Amino acid sequence: MPVRAFHFLFLAALPAFALVYTALGAPPAAAQELPSSRVFVPAPPKGKGDKCIADKDFMRRNHMKILEHQRDQTVYDGVRIKRTSLKECVACHVVNGPDALPLTSESPKYFCRVCHDYAAVKVDCFECHVSRPPVAKAAGLPAGEKERDALASFLKEGRQ
Amino acid sequence: MTATRNNPFLRDKPAPDDVPERGRRDVLRALAAGVGLALAPGVTLYAFGGPAEARAPGDPVSSKVRWGLLIDVNKCADGCTRCVTACSTENGWSDTGHPLTDAQWIRKVKVTDPKTGASRSLPVMCQHCAEPPCVDVCPTGASFKRADGIVLVDKHICIGCRYCMMACPYNARSFIHESLKDQKPYAPRGKGTVESCTLCVHRIDAGRIPACVEACPAEGGGALAFGDLNDPAAEISQRIAKYASAQIRADLGTDPGVRYQNL
Repeated sequence: MPVRAFHFLFLAALPAFALVYTALGAPPAAAQELPSSRVFVPAPPKGKGDKCIADKDFMRRNHMKILEHQRDQTVYDGVRIKRTSLKECVACHVVNGPDALPLTSESPKYFCRVCHDYAAVKVDCFECHVSRPPVAKAAGLPAGEKERDALASFLKEGRQ
Repeated sequence: MTATRNNPFLRDKPAPDDVPERGRRDVLRALAAGVGLALAPGVTLYAFGGPAEARAPGDPVSSKVRWGLLIDVNKCADGCTRCVTACSTENGWSDTGHPLTDAQWIRKVKVTDPKTGASRSLPVMCQHCAEPPCVDVCPTGASFKRADGIVLVDKHICIGCRYCMMACPYNARSFIHESLKDQKPYAPRGKGTVESCTLCVHRIDAGRIPACVEACPAEGGGALAFGDLNDPAAEISQRIAKYASAQIRADLGTDPGVRYQNL
């Protein structure tokens, strides 16, 4: 019987969407119902606030559609709806690292990556979009103009 | 959807015959007129700091508006690069020590008449053409013109072929060669795509004016002016109607939205 239960889970996990749904659809409580299961279930970190813009099940299936729709609206029509923007997702689902600074998408603990790594679905949003909310310079990020200029002049000198 | 939406091949275009012929001499004439204007008595100019017309949130941009810039070259000091710095700071592009390939959305250009020795210094950025060659050549439809006349790159579908860079007569576009980090949230930029001046589209959508216009020093009125070319009541339109202004390479028929006064 335990073997059959495992087999069932394995089959269900084959298609990518089913896998994401199984993985994300199972809250920690559900994971506890299967103590003998060897299937690792990702647990994405909780965002800020009480709830997301829609319920979890909807967001799990449709977040990419919302983002793409908003993307086209913004790029072509100049409609910038804050609520469904990537910037707002990033701001709300921020995960702080050990240094209390927001993690970037380079970290496997980054909100999107927790599930996307699991499902082996590559996200390329953050090749262009910044993956963390802007951090005040006081927080120690090397975003200063002076540092940038210093680096540029250093590189130039190195070439001469 | 995006691939077809602004595909130049699907766009209604006026036949070439509809475009008025403009000769090279017109440009020279405009340049000559510029020298004359330079000697004309002082003209009251202001930096147009007025907010762009507010669009209701959620409304798409309208083709009733055509954003443009008017640059008074007489007011543009040789050696001043405040507009360039402001653009770089605003949009997050910077000098990384690779002058041949670094992104540059706006640059200062110095032109000298070899006969008279008279020289002018002027900023050149994407000219936001009404008939943009970059849009014509783009194979994916990534290069597009927004309804309000701003020429942009949809980097989501840009494949980095750089045809647009070759097609642009103003050398306004740049290609990003290396991976980037910590971009500005409102100005996404990434390796393998082409980019150029967006006329600070994120600011315009928020009812503000481009960073370069804002940064152009207030002393003497400011050389850069921003406004709606389609609105006859707008100060930029009134100035264009009153004083001679030139488009760079007007002979190409691209009808730039950026105009130069006293060039």
